[in-house]
Amino acid sequence: MSTKPALEAKNLSKTYGNVVALSGADLQLYPGEVLAVVGDNGAGKSTLIKCISGAEIPDSGEITLEGEVVSFHRPQDSRAVGIETVYQSLAVAPALDIAANLYLGREIRKKGPLGSIFRMLDNGAMKTASKDHIASLGISTIQNISQAVETLSGGQRQAVSVARAAAFSSKVIILDEPTAALGVRESNQVLKLIERLRERGLPVILISHNMPQVFEVADRIQIQRLGKRAAVVTPKTHQMNEVVGIMTGAIKVDEKDQTLKPVR
Amino acid sequence: MTLSDAEIAFQSGEGKQSPRERMQKLLHRYPSISPGIVLLISAGVFWFLNPNFKDPFNLSLVIQQVAVVGAVAIGQTLIILTAGIDLSCGAITVFTSMVMGRTAFANHLPGWQSVLLGVAVGLLCGAINGLLITKVKLPPFIVTLGTYNIFNALSLLYSTGRDIGTNELTKLLLWTGSAVKIGSFSITVGVMIMLLMYGILAYSLRFTAWGRHVYATGDDIEAARLAGIETKRVIFSVYLVAGFIFSIAAWILIGRTQSASANNGIDLNLDSITAVVIGGTSLFGGRGRIIGSLYGAIIVGVFRDGLTLAGLAPYYQSLAVGILVITAVSIDQWIRKARN
Repeated sequence: MSTKPALEAKNLSKTYGNVVALSGADLQLYPGEVLAVVGDNGAGKSTLIKCISGAEIPDSGEITLEGEVVSFHRPQDSRAVGIETVYQSLAVAPALDIAANLYLGREIRKKGPLGSIFRMLDNGAMKTASKDHIASLGISTIQNISQAVETLSGGQRQAVSVARAAAFSSKVIILDEPTAALGVRESNQVLKLIERLRERGLPVILISHNMPQVFEVADRIQIQRLGKRAAVVTPKTHQMNEVVGIMTGAIKVDEKDQTLKPVR
Repeated sequence: MTLSDAEIAFQSGEGKQSPRERMQKLLHRYPSISPGIVLLISAGVFWFLNPNFKDPFNLSLVIQQVAVVGAVAIGQTLIILTAGIDLSCGAITVFTSMVMGRTAFANHLPGWQSVLLGVAVGLLCGAINGLLITKVKLPPFIVTLGTYNIFNALSLLYSTGRDIGTNELTKLLLWTGSAVKIGSFSITVGVMIMLLMYGILAYSLRFTAWGRHVYATGDDIEAARLAGIETKRVIFSVYLVAGFIFSIAAWILIGRTQSASANNGIDLNLDSITAVVIGGTSLFGGRGRIIGSLYGAIIVGVFRDGLTLAGLAPYYQSLAVGILVITAVSIDQWIRKARN
């Protein structure tokens, strides 16, 4: 396995007025792994992820994707280079159908003059491709791709979001508290989807508050504290209470232990 | 069995449905069904009450009477689909009709120049609304309440209190009022332009990415933004397109009344919202069909005409329209519950 990170953030800082959200935060995401990012409220995990997904611009520091320095000014910028984000808020348009949601913001137009002059959408192509995307993730219960998203359950809606991210992401998928709005059963189904993504070799960053979930799917766990990385551990070497201890500052971690090598 | 071998089976959340729930779902999915049914039933009832109702001359009159409000309702529908509202639509229409009329009368401009100037002013008015909403971030209700008064005042100032009569207008401006015979029906060029605009906008909403983004923005603006849609641009574009549509409606208004007056079309603001609401478009955005607004406009026209033919005093018309509006919004609320 490669030891070069797929995505790396170095020394990111971000302040909002007097509030320091990030002070020299680092992150390394290796190919094919699920990296969980945990931390208390205000530890800077959201800001870190927003910088990587282009929703915020860091004051200093740099982000490299497969060794190349990238800089994002809008969420569209990160999307353009293959980083997709799934949000906790079930970011789907309820009245539109599943295929329309999958292709929302990057619709396919018909070929020829119908598409170029009359701007006509190729609904057939989008539906066929959506079906394939949904099927390839093993989501079996979404039968009808023309179903409006509002007729779906919360878990199914999040599955649509994940399928959308998986369909268009070529480099990295970021899942920002993907199960926060879901019940236990539906959360488990989303965790299964995360495993499917890992099987495909796509590296995943998972932000979560839910320790049991993190320990279930993550290969490595990055613990954020006070705007920087406090430690990186693995579910195999550490217990949940240790992670919580590092999160809250009850356990101190040496500088040299902060960059655990990839385990997969 | 490992996690990834397991079938990912989500609960669909759709159990057994009563006929009532199925009806609710159906109306939810096809929002123009209910106004269509109301139109058919009301036409049937008025036909029964007074056989003259079905007279081609009378039916032609109904459609001619709704041409202007029908056209304004197109722009209003676009705006309401994005969860906005335009209280200034009538004021823009009247103002642009004054621009067209006065440039023809006072500046002796040829017809095409008056029309183009009117369209430019309509676009400008729409752009002002759009900028105030997307850049200054004011609520559409407040913005258009303000611009309603401003555009109204501008019409009155610009008109210098003088109406412009038929023989003071150019031929092209009056052209939208000229009749076209289709069998025993007689419709005007203005009606045809209105229907053409419905066709174009229905196509754009249904078959282009822009239309899809209009729905997505009105449905859930945050979700649309996160999906990478430039929601501000979509909202601005909607007010701009609406400004264009209102200026064409102004041209139809000149043809219909064969004059240009600051006192024409003063009811257009609320009448257009009435047509949109009766047409099944949700005031909360993201749900509705543009063709429903045409039904809505015609329903109001049919009620006004039918009640007159039935020999009732004009205030019964307002009464009926009021009841229609409240019924339509109640049905919309009930349908929206199908979402949960």
